[in-house]
Amino acid sequence: MLLKLELQSNPEALCLVRATVERAAEVLDFPEGDVRAIVRSVDEALANVMRHAYGGRTGRPIEMRCQKWSGKGIEDKQSGIEIVLRDEGAAVDPAKMKGRPLSEIRPGGLGLHFIRQSMDVVEFSRKNGKNQLRMVKYLAPTPRPAGSEGE
Amino acid sequence: MKVDIAARPAAGGTILDITGDIDLAHSPAVRKALLQEIKEKKTPKVYLNLEKVRYIDSSGIASLVEGLKASRDLGSRLVLYGLSKSVREVMELSRLQKIFEIHENEAQATAS
Repeated sequence: MLLKLELQSNPEALCLVRATVERAAEVLDFPEGDVRAIVRSVDEALANVMRHAYGGRTGRPIEMRCQKWSGKGIEDKQSGIEIVLRDEGAAVDPAKMKGRPLSEIRPGGLGLHFIRQSMDVVEFSRKNGKNQLRMVKYLAPTPRPAGSEGE
Repeated sequence: MKVDIAARPAAGGTILDITGDIDLAHSPAVRKALLQEIKEKKTPKVYLNLEKVRYIDSSGIASLVEGLKASRDLGSRLVLYGLSKSVREVMELSRLQKIFEIHENEAQATAS
């Protein structure tokens, strides 16, 4: 386990979470652009919990677990970061978690779109009366130095 | 991090200098300042200086879209400049980079 945070549904906490997740992604050697993508996804996911699952109510519990992940991804042996958020808010219907079409120019509905564009795995579920969002970002394999093949 | 918003006069309008992160906690303040300038003061050109904005989320983008719609309704202009890599990325993800009038810096924005 790289990180476990127990926080409350308070938007003022988001800047602290962003700073923490940024550091965690850097520790796992994600490149700069991927670090921004991971931070953006966690921030948007937490904002969705605060706005929709908790309807703007503050002081409600949110748990975030963040760990190094390895398994089968785009490649057979892939590594990356896995982030799991859990809240006790209103049940979210995964079928409705689509975001709005980008062709519509209007405020709102972009958060989920940002998450889906930024992460490799995005899974919503409901377990033991809690909403769970699992996100994984794969770490791109480091290119082998020329001439190292077969070593 | 708290967001700071300061207004100063500029060519044919007002520059709003924003400092801080425009996230769920602080986008309401940006929205309020923007709509006040556009709808209440009816400023013909509102320049949004984002040079000191390190992060913007979807609620911040929604506030800018509201400002853009209000300015279009009133026939005024909303001009953005000084976008960081992070802010520019979010604009591109939203496919809004061609909808907004965006310039590199203040000199280019105020000359437009």
